[in-house]
Amino acid sequence: MSDRSALRIDMPDFALVVLIGSTGSGKSTFAAKHFLPTERVSSDDCRALVSDDETNQAVTHDAFDLVRAIVEKRLKNRRLTVVDATNVRASDRKAWIELARRWHALPVAIVIDPGVDICIERNKDRPERPFGPGVVRHMVGEIRRGLRGLPREGFRQVWRLSSAESIDTATIARQPLWTDKRSDSGPFDIIGDIHGCADELEVLLRDLGYTVAWSETDGERSVSVTPPPGRKAVFVGDLVDRGPRTPDVLRIAMAMAAAGTAYVVNGNHDRKLMRWLSGRDVKIAHGLQESIDQLAAEGDAFKARTRTFLDSLLSHAWLDGGRLAVAHAGLKAEMVGRASSAVREFALYGDTTGEVDEYGLPVRLPWAADYRGNTAIVYGHTPVLDAAWVNNTICLDTGCVFGGRLTALRWPEKQLVSVPAARTYFEPVRPLAPAADGRSAQAEADDLLDMEDVSGRRWIDTALRGRIVVAEENAAAALEAMSRFAIAPQWLVYLPPTMSPTETSTQEGWLERPEEAFAHFRERGAAQVVCEEKHMGSRAAIALCRDAAVARARFGTVGGESGAIWTRTGRTFFGDPAMNDAVLARLRAAVDKASLWQEFDTDWLLLDAEIMPWSAKAQSLIDSQFAPVAASAQAGLGAATQALAQARARGAPVDALHDRFTARVVRAQAYARAWAPYVWPVSGVDDLRVAPFHVMASEGRLWFDHDHVWHMGIADRLANADQVILAPTRWRVVDLADDAACADAVQWWEMLTASGGEGMVVKPRAFIVRGEKGLLQPALKVRGREYLRIIYGPEYDAPENLERLRRRGLGGKRNLALREFALGHEALTRFVARAPLRRVHECVFGVLALESEPIDPRL
Amino acid sequence: MFLSVATTYRPATDLGFLLHKHPERVHETELAFGKAHVFYPEASETRCEAALILDIDPVGLVRGRGTGDGLLDQYVNDKPYAASSFMSVALARTLRNAMAGTSKDRPALAATDIPLEATITPLPARGGEKLVRALFEPLGWTVAVEAVMADAGASAARYVTLRLCGLGRLSALLTHIYVLLPVLDDDKHYWVGDDEVAKLVAHGKGWLENHPAKALIAERYLKHRRSLARAALERLAPEIREEEGEEEEETATAAPRSRDAGETALETPIRLNDARLDAVVAALEAVEARSVVDLGCGEGKLLARLVRERRLARLVGVDASTHALERAARRLKLHQAGGPEGRLSLLHAALTYRDQRWAGLDAATLVEVIEHLDPDRLPALARVVFGAARPGAVIVTTPNVEYNALFATMPPGTLRHPDHRFEWTRAEFAAWVRSIETQYNYRAALSGIGTVDAVHGTPTQMAVFRR
Repeated sequence: MSDRSALRIDMPDFALVVLIGSTGSGKSTFAAKHFLPTERVSSDDCRALVSDDETNQAVTHDAFDLVRAIVEKRLKNRRLTVVDATNVRASDRKAWIELARRWHALPVAIVIDPGVDICIERNKDRPERPFGPGVVRHMVGEIRRGLRGLPREGFRQVWRLSSAESIDTATIARQPLWTDKRSDSGPFDIIGDIHGCADELEVLLRDLGYTVAWSETDGERSVSVTPPPGRKAVFVGDLVDRGPRTPDVLRIAMAMAAAGTAYVVNGNHDRKLMRWLSGRDVKIAHGLQESIDQLAAEGDAFKARTRTFLDSLLSHAWLDGGRLAVAHAGLKAEMVGRASSAVREFALYGDTTGEVDEYGLPVRLPWAADYRGNTAIVYGHTPVLDAAWVNNTICLDTGCVFGGRLTALRWPEKQLVSVPAARTYFEPVRPLAPAADGRSAQAEADDLLDMEDVSGRRWIDTALRGRIVVAEENAAAALEAMSRFAIAPQWLVYLPPTMSPTETSTQEGWLERPEEAFAHFRERGAAQVVCEEKHMGSRAAIALCRDAAVARARFGTVGGESGAIWTRTGRTFFGDPAMNDAVLARLRAAVDKASLWQEFDTDWLLLDAEIMPWSAKAQSLIDSQFAPVAASAQAGLGAATQALAQARARGAPVDALHDRFTARVVRAQAYARAWAPYVWPVSGVDDLRVAPFHVMASEGRLWFDHDHVWHMGIADRLANADQVILAPTRWRVVDLADDAACADAVQWWEMLTASGGEGMVVKPRAFIVRGEKGLLQPALKVRGREYLRIIYGPEYDAPENLERLRRRGLGGKRNLALREFALGHEALTRFVARAPLRRVHECVFGVLALESEPIDPRL
Repeated sequence: MFLSVATTYRPATDLGFLLHKHPERVHETELAFGKAHVFYPEASETRCEAALILDIDPVGLVRGRGTGDGLLDQYVNDKPYAASSFMSVALARTLRNAMAGTSKDRPALAATDIPLEATITPLPARGGEKLVRALFEPLGWTVAVEAVMADAGASAARYVTLRLCGLGRLSALLTHIYVLLPVLDDDKHYWVGDDEVAKLVAHGKGWLENHPAKALIAERYLKHRRSLARAALERLAPEIREEEGEEEEETATAAPRSRDAGETALETPIRLNDARLDAVVAALEAVEARSVVDLGCGEGKLLARLVRERRLARLVGVDASTHALERAARRLKLHQAGGPEGRLSLLHAALTYRDQRWAGLDAATLVEVIEHLDPDRLPALARVVFGAARPGAVIVTTPNVEYNALFATMPPGTLRHPDHRFEWTRAEFAAWVRSIETQYNYRAALSGIGTVDAVHGTPTQMAVFRR
């Protein structure tokens, strides 16, 4: 061994490095020199962690449990990891191979073998390690005997450092995995399965702005393709077979790959052709014959080039900072940017069960339906009628060779471009058919929500308010409410936020007045507010579709409904389906008449509304809670007053007590009258009043960017369109700098509440307003004096009670209102962007969970 | 909040000596929740009446107690006005000696039966006039009950004015009222602990032991405490509380409480529940299951049977209700040493969400579960159970609605349980079973559980699906 040139160990930047060496071989020193402390997981460290003694052999079992757990978590997070243990026997190493396979990390063995004598010598200097020369000799012998078996055990790289000097001088160089093209941010044009359809490919490339120039020198056709400046193509594989011009497709792909203007990932057909070209025994089927025939007309040099090219293809391409991955048959989230035979198999063939279906085609598991990753996966392989996003994945194989289309996806624009096939080149085994029920592929995938989408402590990122935390116990409460009582999650794309009352009034005899609401917004920089009459009914969210087909296509519902009306807790508003349909029909007619479908270019609307009478939903609450209070208060106070009058009549000293109880009776009587304006019998749809006040969303957009003057304008138009069940909402704009206008608005509120109104809602004119201290309350309610009696009890306004009730904290309620507002906005943002249902559902679920937080319900 | 006691014993004003309260004065007592006043609307030789009125502070009562588990869980509450446990407390505080039967000036009279009348209003009589009579009449009192506001809706109509009269010791009358007021209200304003048991024993001495309704009295007097998780849930789903409330109305005479009490009462004569569990256990045996998940396990009645089956190596119970799971854990002694932990686990989950934690077991049971889901959620349940988890066998039982015609006590058009979203005919169930078979590639056998009726079939229907 005279060659003493230093060894350079090249390894991928994601690998599981297993050090193998006897005690005293210098593994830890070697590891410390080449790897970060956090990358090294040492059995001795773990012995110390569990027993405070790094030489304690009695805790070996526990220490290795810990090593395995740490290694697994690191591999899961795609971190290079080094196992620093002796790893003498194959059985010691087996666990590492299994972990590397599970997380698709390249297993690398580095054998550190400076010689027996050096190890023995070093151990002498470490008296705390009672390993005699026998132990060391035994270990070294075992390691050396196992050397040849390491590749068979599963190590994809084996490095042997068999002298003190080589250990000392070796260097380690880390390379990104071949599939790791994250540093390339494109932009890209990702092209679906071509299958020899060069005509369509040329048209598509031109449509995408590429120039394709063919030339011929010495009878050899060649091509040069010039992309638009900065753009690159990515081929999802299956360039070959079935179609008429496989060699030309290969020429285009090879030329572009060579010029660095395209990435090509391997398809199963490409791989099979490569194997045939390599002289392997492959079954000639599924259009391979066409490729073979067409290649027969080409020279051997072309075939050789083709073979080399096809052998060089990537299993998948990980692009654009990790945001995008292209793989022929798709990829699971935990495979992205990793390398193993399982990753390569999956990328080529998808998740197959090994069974075949009625057409003799392999049965594929719906991996895309389960996909939860943040990396967009673009793939082909399985012909579909239309390319459509499902859970952040999209299949671009639109069956060009079967007479469909050749499709490209522009990234990051996410724009689809496709050209129709000139003809059917190959008859498909299974005909391409649209989904029978008119639902989207995403809706199919969405039918299956997972417990993991909703359970446990949750963090939801919102555009309005950053990350919102939902506590585990609140999520648990929401699970039961959601699963037992809520309407189908496909409809439930929004829940309205709770609303805080205004700051407490300081004026004698009042709990709430408008002055404080105006001051609240004025102090936070709002110039104008919109005051809206607060209807006393029940809050309702309304999804209104033009017909049931729209509901299936857009909401992915399965029944024949054409809309839904639900409460603040996600239950169906009307227990009677006929009433539900009747209300929806009336609303639809009003929207027709107001021409909103055309104006918004939509065939569905989501409205936020109040539905009256209150008693329609709250009759049982009135009967079970409010009416008993009224009855018992009047009866009890009445009996007491009567007895006091009797005692006074015979001269007992009860005057003060009698006066006090007489006043209490008056308040109890006022209480019994307080909800009368909000109660009337409902025998049909004409007895209802619906007051919409927000247009939340319609196709392709949210309406949160329009101010409340606009929303009230729409509400007025709807109220005009059906003057029976659509109730107008009285409203006005108030300039907060104009004292006279504010005073006028206060008077207006006094008038509203004196005549039995609940009160009003004060909103900053714009829907979403940020002040210096963040998001402003979207609305504050200012409730009338008699209405508050229902909420706070018959005697709330007795001076000694009011004084104490004024000391109420609004912080919790306000914070809750903002969190729910942000979650509702986020749910709709995701819904409008056609995000998977689980992403919408988690926000709605979050609102329901937050509603189970304990907040004073009187606020 | 109004209680008066009167006597026509002569001289009637001796009542003042028994109560230790002078008839010409107003007596005020400070209580934690307000004030109590005692005064005499009438004080003559022939008739003397003392009134106890409460001036409860309705705001102080609920201040700072927003968690639903404090003094009062409803902000607008009849407690300040109705005659409830507050009245009992006031009674014990203001008329302690009279209740104890001691009188400094008239010791003999305190031990004597005298003509007495008592008026209490408004008394929340949960259980109705029938229960009021059942409580007071065995104690020798003549009972008159009058609704205070008959036209004020169902719940408000439970308030009555109660008049008791009869010959007895004043201390007995007051003690009876003291114990039975909170029983009629079926609620207490304070946390019930062990000392409350001692109180009941002490005050009930000499009359409660032989009272025919003593079980009901004890149970209602010692109100059950609800967990915090329960309180959070109730904020979202008040009917969960109402469900229990309804059952209490139905089972006013000391039947066991559970969320299925109504259904149980209906089906009890035919011991259907036992037959159902027998059939499911037999079916599990027939499919040779070694691991079973009980979906919608509720309080664990089936699991309690299955735990005894030695051949079952792994049992999982799944329910959406944390409250039911807590009860199941207690029933199954899950967290006790020597309990089935390790072999049995309980999971909080909803059946419309896929769940890896119970996928791939030998068998799943859905015993009286599907009818608790809205019909439009059934496809999601089917996809989760038959499509994603794919147990080797699935056993489903559900009511046969045709058989309801044979339940004599059942009003037509109603279902067996308020939470049932549907009940199927045999044909409807069979159609659903067939659709599952084709969609998910299972084979199913249909059968019935319970007594067979020639026309209406069996009360329960069952399908055993196998892959």
